[in-house]
Order: sequence, then C-alpha cells, then structure tokens
Amino acid sequence: MSAASDRRPTLAVWKFASCDGCQLSLLDCEEELLAVAGAVHIAQFTEMSRAAVEGPYDLSLVEGSITTYEDAARIQEVRRASHRLVTIGACATAGGIQGLRNFASAGEYIATVYARPDYISTLATSTPIAAHVPVDFELHGCPIDRHQLLEVILAQLAGRSPRIPSHSVCQECKARDTVCLLVSRRAPCLGPVTRAGCGALCPAVDRGCFGCFGPAETANTASLAGRLLEDGARRVDVSRLFRTFNAGAPAFREESLANEPRPTR
Amino acid sequence: MSHGRHADRDIGVGALARVEGEGGLHVTVRDGAVETVTLDIFEPPRFFEALLRGRRLDEAPDITARICGICPVAYQMSACAAMEDACATTVDEKVTALRRLLYCGEWIQSHALHVYLLHAPDFFGLADAVELAELDRAAVERGLRLKRVGNLVMETVGGRAVHPVNVRVGGFWRAPSPDAIAALAEPLRRARDAALETVSWVAGFEFPDVEADYLFVALHDPDRYPIESGRVGSSAGLDTSPAGFAELAVEEQVPHSTALHARLDGQGHYLTGPLARYALNSAALPELARQAASAAGLGAACRNPFKSIVVRAVEIVFACDEALRLVEAYEPPEPPAATLVPRAATGAGATEAPRGLLLHRYELAADGTIASARIMPPTSQNQATIEDDLRLVVSSGLDLPEEQLTWRCEQTVRNHDPCISCSTHFLDLTVERR
Ligand code: SF4
Ligand code: SF4
Repeated sequence: MSAASDRRPTLAVWKFASCDGCQLSLLDCEEELLAVAGAVHIAQFTEMSRAAVEGPYDLSLVEGSITTYEDAARIQEVRRASHRLVTIGACATAGGIQGLRNFASAGEYIATVYARPDYISTLATSTPIAAHVPVDFELHGCPIDRHQLLEVILAQLAGRSPRIPSHSVCQECKARDTVCLLVSRRAPCLGPVTRAGCGALCPAVDRGCFGCFGPAETANTASLAGRLLEDGARRVDVSRLFRTFNAGAPAFREESLANEPRPTR
Repeated sequence: MSHGRHADRDIGVGALARVEGEGGLHVTVRDGAVETVTLDIFEPPRFFEALLRGRRLDEAPDITARICGICPVAYQMSACAAMEDACATTVDEKVTALRRLLYCGEWIQSHALHVYLLHAPDFFGLADAVELAELDRAAVERGLRLKRVGNLVMETVGGRAVHPVNVRVGGFWRAPSPDAIAALAEPLRRARDAALETVSWVAGFEFPDVEADYLFVALHDPDRYPIESGRVGSSAGLDTSPAGFAELAVEEQVPHSTALHARLDGQGHYLTGPLARYALNSAALPELARQAASAAGLGAACRNPFKSIVVRAVEIVFACDEALRLVEAYEPPEPPAATLVPRAATGAGATEAPRGLLLHRYELAADGTIASARIMPPTSQNQATIEDDLRLVVSSGLDLPEEQLTWRCEQTVRNHDPCISCSTHFLDLTVERR
C-alpha cells in the first residue's frame, strides 16, 4: 500500500534520554502488535523499523526526558509534526532516574563519568517533555504497563479519553487481597501515595512499593513520611525512597527534599 | 557516492537529515583507501555512575536496571554479584538456580527480539518485522511466541518482564510457588521446539563470506555454559576473576562518543557477546544445543559476525533447555534471600548479558552506601571492535552505491546487537574523500 492511498492513522514513537523499556512495552504487546500494525500505520519507530516516513503523525508516543540542547530542539519538531502527543513513562513524565542530576550540579556528574568533560555537551537538568511542549496525555510508570498503553493508543485514535485509574496502589492491594505491608510488617511502602496501574506487583512479592508509577493524584506524602518515621525509618532513607525514578514529580521531589539530612554546621 | 568526482567533499548518505539520529558513521578516504572510521554514538549520557554515589547498596539492582529496558536482569544480576562480593556473602544454590532461570527468560526474550524483529529483516532486504510478516507471517509469529515465553519466565520469577520487581541483593523478595514454576514447563517445551526451528531457519540465510580475527572475552565455566557466574576468560588464554578483569580492562573516552571505549591492557580491542561466549564455551553446551549447532554448520567457534544470528538462535535453544531443567529441579529457596552485612570494601560482579559481558564494580563505605561505581556494558566494550568490522566493510565496499553501503554498515552494527537504540537507528554515513 502506498503512503498516499493508506488511510490508516499514523503512529510515531520517539526516544529521548531513556532505557527503551517503555517502548519495549509496545513491542511486548506481541499479538496485539501485529494487529495494531494493521490498524495503524507505524510510520516512525526506530526501535523496530528501518523505514521512516515524514510527518505529520496522527499520534506520537514519546519516551525519555530532555537532557541535551539538541533534544530540546528536537522535541519542538516532534510536537509540530504530531497531531496528538502522548508521553510514556517516568523519564518522559518526570525526568526519570537521570533526573537525579537536578539535585546535584551537572559538572559534578560529568566529571565522575568522563575524563574529558569538554567532549560532552549536556544540559544541567533532565526535564519532562511537558516542561517543553504541550502534551495531550501522560502515561506513568517505570516502565509503563502495556495494557494501559494499548488502552491509551486505542482511546487517542478513537478520540475518547483513556480509561486509566487515578487512585493509588493501596487500592489495588485491597482489590487483590494482598496483606498490607505497612500494617502487618511496618515495611516502608509508597503504595498509599503511588498511582495505580501495575496491579500492586511489589506488595504481592512482600516488597514495599517504591513508587515507580509516580505520585497518585491526591497523594498525601507528608502524612505517609510521618508514618514511616514513626515506624522507625531513618529520615535519609525516607528521602531516598521518594528520590528515584519519579524524583522530578513535584509531590515526590518536595517530600524527598523535606527529609533530606541537613548538613551539620 | 560518485566516484572520483568528489575527491574533496563531505558526502552525507542516508535519510538522517531529518530530526532523529543517535548513530552516525564517519569515514574518511584518502587516495582511495579508508583512513579513519568513527562510529558516533550520541546517546544522551544519563550519568549512572555519578547518581549511584551515596545510594544504599541494596538500591543498585533497581537503579542500574534502568540503564537498559531490554536486559534489566543482566544489570540486576551483575549489581547483586558485585554487592555480594563486596560483603563476602555467599548465596544459597537454590537462589543461584532461580537467578539462572530468570536470566534464561531474559536471554530468550532478548535474543528472540533481536533475531526476529531486528536482525532477520536484513537478510531479506526488508525494512522491518512488519514487512517480514507480510512475507512470512508464520516466522514472525514464531519469534513473537518465543519472546512471549521469555517474558512469561521473567514475569513468573521476577514479577514483570521489564524491570522485574522481585530481585534483591542476596536473592529474591519472595520465592515463586512450585506450582507457578511447574506451569512454565509446557510453554518452555513448545518454546524449545520453536527455538530448534529458529536455528534451521536462520542457518538457511545467505551470509557474506567474512571472518574476523577477534579477541574473544567471555565468562568461562568448564562445567556449564556461563550466564550468571564464572571466571573471565579470553581466546588468548586469559583466566581471571571479575575483580581481576576490572583491573585489566581499560576504558578510554573518545571525542565522538558518549560510550567509553574499552581495551584489554596490552592486548587491544576485544569482542564480547554470543560469538565470544560460544567460542569459549561451546563444549559445555548440553547435547540438544550442541546438535542444533552442528546441524546448522557451526564448528567449535564462529568468527563470521553475520552468523552471530545463528549463534544467538543456538543460545535460545540452550536457554529454553536450561530453563526446563531448572524448572524440573525447582525447590523454593528458604529464606529467599541471604542477608548482606555492609562493610567498607570493594566488590566486582560479572554476568553474561544477552549482548555480552557486563561488569559492575562498587566501592562501599562502612555504612553500606556506594562511594564509587563503575559499570562496563557490553556495547561500550564492543564499540572499538565494531569500528574495526566497519573498516573492513567500507574498505571492501567503496564501489557500492551509497544506499547499499549504508545498509551493509548498519547490518554490520546490528550483527553485534548493541543496545537497541543504536542497533536500528539509521546510520548517517558520511564519506569524506581527501
Ligand atoms: S520510564 Fe523507566 S522503563 Fe521507561 S524508559 Fe524511563 S527508565 Fe526505562
Ligand atoms: S508496587 Fe509500586 S514500585 Fe512496585 S511496580 Fe507497582 S508502582 Fe511500581
């Protein structure tokens, strides 16, 4: 089918600073993938294809954060070429684990890894896509959940809003009858303040949630932090707990900073 | 490339005038001979070694997993091994067996992804797996089925396929139930059949007749094909511990890449990955995989990079077979994890990621926080050797039409399955004639 006669909506997948895990979730929609490829025209997916078509694209999925001058310019072009733009994953929605540099000085980070810092040009920060261009929908997770991804793609193409829950992991535990780790073991768990979507994977293996889906919409992080401290957690560990893949999401960032050990004078 | 007329011009080839483009290949030709070949890697640096400093030792597996979504288990396992080395912790054999099973899942899914979706289309002159599916839907579906079984193993043992949540230093958070593990047997048996079909399928491809004189580096274990442990060996007789290897492997920064280039002290560039693993360990493959290899025409070693797809297919047979063996012998470790007692020490860990040797080395402070970290991914270890391969391809292909030469160069890069982003990006080939 030639591009001109092809009336299928076009889908593009873009990568910025990331681990590829979120777009791999699209590849992991194994059976669905061949079906999706039939229903939409995957016009730009460098992970998967050598072929590429010029825009405009009906739907762009964007993975990764902005960490270089070139990428800050490139996301503007991607936005211009995209009818709808959806960000996928903690990197794209919150700056990702590489966003930890926002708490340090970039010079310090470069010097740790590279003997010749002058060869490396990078921004001092890792920022989410929405800090640069308007975003039509943000899908959270490190990585995103592939069923949620399919729902978002289908919804975007149908012009309806995606059915993505906004409650917390805590409710997912209740729904699957997982014993509460905070109550039964006093284990540090971010479930009460973390966005649902994974199906409470960690508590199901006796592990406290570490917040890879980012803050839920009404996250009372201060109250949870107080609870963890009462249960014997050290302040520095509470700070660390909020400072991982979604450290750039405002609710987690503030709680992490609030519990940061102050330098002693 | 127009011959002769552009003696002093930069010639850019490929569609990368557009916006993306993390991989670029720059070639200079003087008097008709290739002078320099540089493979530019513009992956934006994410500074893992810096951001790990000050984190607790038990945070390393989850943080480093985010270096690569295609082989997160490799990062988790090398991090665990290094931390256990630093804290002088030995883990239960049952934990090791479960780790090996999880890792088999990753080998199956990563190799199936590479063989079917990324590499095979090259051999048909097609752009991607969607086009391949139009030509041979059954083949692509077989690849997807294999990948799904790999994912299933990872989900059952690790909780999810991308960035598993069940791994911790010392072992696992919770041992899967014997029933859950037993349920993997049937899918794995079918996957093993599909893997055998894969070997015959790829063995029938047409391969350029090239051999390279690689210095192979891989884990080595006389008794079994290495995955999650072993000493580091080389085709030149090296035999050392991961910590010893960390001393020998020198990494250099080059202006054109954000990946560091590695070489072995005194011996130069080397290659890790399936070709290296196979060359050093083919004798330790179980019967079924060995038969598949010899039916596909492989000897004890293979030095044709284009045939890495055959070796990868043989490794899928091995991984399915090995996973089945582990499933049948499964006993839940009790407790699921050993306890690490933090101390001020240095530890190194090396495991075989699907695309090659992955080394982690950490220096810990007495309180168990990370004082310094060093991570050597297979792709940066291989980059200099990939440039050597490219030099050969370009030298012998200067007369080819531009488009064909670019494709062949891309294929040369894909032979080594470097981290996915550079494996499939268009190369922006620039030939400068002086
Ligand atoms: S959000 Fe997590 S899984 Fe997704 S690309 Fe970023 S690091 Fe990878
Ligand atoms: S429980 Fe929390 S950390 Fe675990 S997968 Fe779900 S959101 Fe991520």
